[in-house]
Order: sequence, then structure tokens, then C-alpha cells
Amino acid sequence: MTAALRPSPSACPACAVAPAAAGATAADAAEERLILSLPGIHCAACIVAVEGDLARHPGVRSARVNLTLKRVSVAADPGVTAEALIDRLGRLGYEAHELDASALSATETDRQGRDLLMRMGVAGFAMMNVMLLSVSVWSGAEAATRDLFHWISAAIALPTVAFAGQPFFRSAWAALRAWRLGMDVPISLALILASAISLYETANSGRHAYFDAAVMLCFFLLAGRYLDHRTRAIARSAAQELAALEVPRAVRLRDGIEETVALAELAPGDLVRVRPGARMPVDGVVEEGASEIDRSLLTGESLPVAVAPGAAVCAGEVNLTGPLAVRVTAAGKDSALHRMADLVAVAEAARTRYTSLADRAARAYSPLVHLLALASFLAWMWASDGDVRLAVNIAAAVLIITCPCALGLAVPAVVTAASGRLFRKGLLIKNGTALERLAEVDTVAFDKTGTLTLGAPEPTNLADHPREALAVAAALGAASGHPLAQALAAGARATGIAPPRLEGLREVPGFGVEGRWHGRTVRLGRADWVGAAPVAQTATYLDLGDAAPRAFTFEDRLRPGAAAAVAALQARGLRVILLSGDVPAAVGALARRLGIREWHAGVRPEEKAAAVAALSAEGRRVMMVGDGLNDTAALAAAHVSVSPASALDAARVASDIVLLGRDLAPIADAVQTGVRARQRIRENFAISAIYNVVAVPIALAGFATPLAAALAMSLSSITVSINALRLK
Amino acid sequence: MEILAWLIPVSLFLGGVGLAAFVWTLRARQYDDPEGDSRRILSSEHDDRPKR
Repeated sequence: MTAALRPSPSACPACAVAPAAAGATAADAAEERLILSLPGIHCAACIVAVEGDLARHPGVRSARVNLTLKRVSVAADPGVTAEALIDRLGRLGYEAHELDASALSATETDRQGRDLLMRMGVAGFAMMNVMLLSVSVWSGAEAATRDLFHWISAAIALPTVAFAGQPFFRSAWAALRAWRLGMDVPISLALILASAISLYETANSGRHAYFDAAVMLCFFLLAGRYLDHRTRAIARSAAQELAALEVPRAVRLRDGIEETVALAELAPGDLVRVRPGARMPVDGVVEEGASEIDRSLLTGESLPVAVAPGAAVCAGEVNLTGPLAVRVTAAGKDSALHRMADLVAVAEAARTRYTSLADRAARAYSPLVHLLALASFLAWMWASDGDVRLAVNIAAAVLIITCPCALGLAVPAVVTAASGRLFRKGLLIKNGTALERLAEVDTVAFDKTGTLTLGAPEPTNLADHPREALAVAAALGAASGHPLAQALAAGARATGIAPPRLEGLREVPGFGVEGRWHGRTVRLGRADWVGAAPVAQTATYLDLGDAAPRAFTFEDRLRPGAAAAVAALQARGLRVILLSGDVPAAVGALARRLGIREWHAGVRPEEKAAAVAALSAEGRRVMMVGDGLNDTAALAAAHVSVSPASALDAARVASDIVLLGRDLAPIADAVQTGVRARQRIRENFAISAIYNVVAVPIALAGFATPLAAALAMSLSSITVSINALRLK
Repeated sequence: MEILAWLIPVSLFLGGVGLAAFVWTLRARQYDDPEGDSRRILSSEHDDRPKR
């Protein structure tokens, strides 16, 4: 249970590793809890490696991996930063993201889950005990013995139903007050009728009591409810977790002193410091410093843009080379990023109107069951000349037998199995109906920068340059934080070149790096700075001081699995389209590389959304895969949407499925799993329907015994669950 | 049939023990990470108490 329910010191997570913590409350108060998402962990060795490595980090008190949620929670001394831990794990080969511990209200969702689990456990144990007694009755206990067994069953079953049935009673009551008939109304009615009639029959030494059926009904329905809750809780925590991926902090400059503050505390007029490599937290105007910024998440263009004092920047852009001081013009809710997110919310509302298979089934089911029960009651009243006891008994039997045990399990069991399968592959399903929608997809639209590519450049013409030039370029590149320079240095290192020692290395923010080599000034950087004629591609330029500057060209690196995903989707017969905001040359090259025949370049954000809408109007079901702000409207307009974990907040919020790892290949699996999940759900409905077709006439005819009800109920529930498990 | 006077209380008691054990496992957070727990038994590091 939560700490609130167990105020003992051992409820604190740190105490398990620090047994002497009974009096150490002061130390606990100063403890920092960090939560990191680890999409790549999957086995016992990973757990040991991650926990062991983190525990060796100075200041870390304990680290505990949760493999089910794929995260690690770290208790550490204040001052231990998530960046340091992420770095450490990165060196170990694990991708990690920081999650905002305060945004993860895990305890809240947990409490509900535990509550359901508790009720399910109580119902389960009661079911076993009552069944023990019922079996003796079915095998022929008579007269006084039977009455005794019925009374003991009543003593167990009535409190159990009163306790375990509460979730159903509550939601049935809420439905009735709103003049609706939900799935829970027939369930509650069946529970109450079964208990009341059994009690009445027991008091009058009747032959049939349905205590076991009532408790069993509770158990199976709670199992379905619990699975459903778990999927939802994971989806909800996923949404929070993803919101948490972008940790809302900024560095504010006040009288020349830097202080780290929450994003919410920033106001227009404040000055914030944006370091190279960091994302703009706000909309603003550059006050001092020069740098290049990467706008690819917002516009899809892969070339960096130079900024100098006076230039306007938007939240979400990434600062590449020099530190900037930015005067805030709009923060938080007013920033361009959030205004875009609001637009997405509007588009999202349209999609929630999708009715799932389960909703459609439930809508048809409730009135039918009530009518059937009422009809059987009236018919038997007439047939038996007003024998109320008999008529009520039969009506109750009808309600119990038709009660949707299997129906209640049909969808949650499949969704749990399918989303568990996808989660293990690194896909997080945020929305319960996403699986069903996934199954209907026939067109896939991809974004380019950041989705099919990593948004990380890769040198393409290293072989065209002499080794000497390459070596100097590598030495210069290693001294800069600019992504192109870094990629160049890494590329040169990979070819086995040892960079020479340069003197007087110095980075000129916004322009490049320079140093002295054999007495000459050498420069690596922007074309105009080194005096080169710019080429059409993404490139950086090297001036050795002896000849014309050389151009190193770059191409965006493909995301791992991108080719496999596109090939697999095309092999399934899906139409694959590439929609990018980048220049035609880059888009066309990538499309050819991946074998995508249909591509559009220079597409503006609203055109992307329009393209998706036009496809939908043609009757196509579009899956949109994208990561940038320029994709969000299209993501929201699509039938299903997928975004990588590296995507912007708004894009992740707008999508149904998030790729946790870097690999794109699971997308093809997702489509296949979606198709299979829908098939299992339909099979499960068919199974419950067949069982009703067989059992209902028996109940209507008045031949249903408690034994038949118990058999039919457990058989159908188990068949449905096993059928769902075939997905795993 | 006198045996019933023993057997019924015994079965109820055993059921009660099972239920109490279940409640204990629930409160001790043993269902928080089923997947991780099933793997942890394979690691040689001693670890006898579920932490948060």
C-alpha cells in the first residue's frame, strides 16, 4: 500500500538499503528521487548491469529497475543529476530518458489497481470456498446438510458480493442516475437478484442457490475490469511519462547569476540562458551570443539556421553551437509550441468519437438482456398461473446466464496481451482503441527528418579528400560541439585516421572552429566564414590556408529499422507515402534509398494535415508517423498516429502509439499485431455469442441449474482468455 | 457426518489463510513488477525484499 497507509519508516524505499534509517528522517527529506525510462532493458542481465552501475555512481543510494514498466527509480543525494546518470547508462549501452518524477502520479493509479486486485482476490478465495460447498450439494447433499451448506455459502458469499461488487454497483448507479443502461446495470442486477433469491431459497429450504454463480461472476468480471484498468493505467501513465520526457526546466539569468527554475516560473521579459545542445524552452528574441539553431522539429528542414542578436527563436528549436541569452516573449501556455498543442487537442476530440468493438457490443447487449429477463418473467408468470417465486427464479437464471463474463473479458484480455507484446518490442500504446484502428490501416504516411532519419548527420564524401585534410578536419571537428563537426570527427575516426595536434584551438560561436597547424591558421565552419562557395547540400567547409576550401557534405543518417519497416509495410500491401518539409533533393534521395515511390517535398504543416485529410476523404485509413511540430496536425488528423520518443511533446501527445526505442522496425509488427488482435476480439465475441445461444434457451425453458450456470460461465471465460493469450 | 463439523471449519480456515497471504503479498507490493521479479531469480545478487 502507499506510504500514507503505512506510516512506519520501512515504507520508505531508501530504508530497504539503509536498515539504520529509523532515525534518519532528516536524511530522507534531503533525498532526491529520479526516474529514468529505459526502453532497451529486457532481461536479468540488464537489471543487474543497470542497478550495479548506477549504485557505483557517487551519491546514488539505491537504484531499482522495474522491468514491467521499463524504468529505473533512483534514490540519490541532492545534486546528483539525471544527465550524469543518463550519460553513465549511455556508456553502458542503454538508452535512457529522464522522466519528471512529480508528473508521474503513479501512486494514484496504483491505488485503484490495488483496490481492484484486492476485491478480485477476495472474490477468488470466496469462490473457491463456496464452490467446495456447492460441489457437495450438486453431488447429492440432501435436506438438512444441503441447507447447512447453503447457509455457510451465504455467510461467505453475501459479504463478498457486497465488497467485491462495489465497482459494478457504483458505476451502475451512476449510469442509472444519468438515465443510461451501461454494461454494469445488468451485471449489478444479476448480482443482487442472484444473492437475494438464493437467500430466500435457502431460508425456505429450496433446492437451488446461486451463491457460487454470484461470486464467480464477481471474480471473472473483476478480472476483466482489472486487465482493462491496467491497460488504461499504462496508457495514462504513458501520457504523463511522455509529457515528462521533456523536463520542464530552464536556466534563468538574473543580475548575471544563473539559476535553474521550473518553466512555469518564467515570465515574458526574463532572460534565459540556452546552452549549445539544449532546446529553446520559450519563444523569445536573442539578446546576446551567436549560434546556429536546428529548426527541423518545427519545420522539417534539415539545414541549421544562423541566429544573431535580434533574431526571433521559438520554443522547441535546438541551439547548436554557441551559448545564447534569450529574452522571453512568450512562455509556457502562450508559446507557439503550446498554441500548436491546443490545435491538436481540437483535432483529437474528433478522433475520440471512434466507437470500439466493445462499445458497440455493450450498446446492443444491455437492452437485449433486460428484455429477455423481463419476457421470461412475464411468460412464466402466465404459464405457471402467477407463481412469482418460480418466475423470479427463472428470470434471475436468465440474467445470470447471459451475464457477460466472457464479454467482459473478451476485449481487455486481448488488448492486454497485444499491448504487452508490443511493449516488449518497444511500442507504447497510449490509447485503448488504437489497436483496432491499427488493424484498419491501408496507407502509411511518413515524415522524413527525425522520423525516417535520426536527424543526425553523416558525412558522405570523406573518400574525396586527402588523408591529411581529413585528419585536420577531424582534429578541428573534435573541438566543437556542433553536430556536423562531431559527425565529421566521428566519421574520420571510423576510417582509422589519427588527428594531428593543433594549437590555439578556439570555437567561434555561430561560425566554426579555428586552430593553428604547421604555422598556418586552419578553419572548419560556415562557407562565408572560411571563404568557400556554398554547395547545395548540408555541408561544412575546411580551409587549410593553402588552397581553395574543401566542402564536406552530409546526409541525414537513417533511423535503424527504417528500411526494414518500409519494406515490411509495402510487402503487406500498404501504400507508403513520404511527406516532408525538407528540400526536394534531400527528400527524393531518401525516398529512392528506401524504395518509396510516392513522395512530396517542401510540404507545409497545414498541407500535411490536408494531405492526410484528403486521403481519409478518399476512404483510406491513414497511419501517420511523424515527430515534429509540423507533423502534429497531420498526426491528429490521421486514423492512427505513431511518433518516436525523441519527438516533440506536442507530437507525442497527438499520437496513439509511441516508439520507445530508436528502432523503427516494430511499426510493421504493430500493424500485424493490430490485425491479429482485432481477429481475436471478434473470435471472442463469437465464443460468447455461441455460449449464449446455447445457454439462453435452456435458461428460458427453466432447466438452468446452478451447476449449468457455473460450468457455462467458467468455460466461456477461460476459453476467451486462452484465445487472447494466443497473441502473446 | 460428524466429520463435517471438523472439515468445514478446516476448509474455511485454510481459505482464510490463503486470503490473508494474498492480502500480505498485495501490501508488500509483490505485484508491482511481475516481469522483473520473474527474471531476478536468475541473477546471483541477493535480493530478498521488493523495493519501490
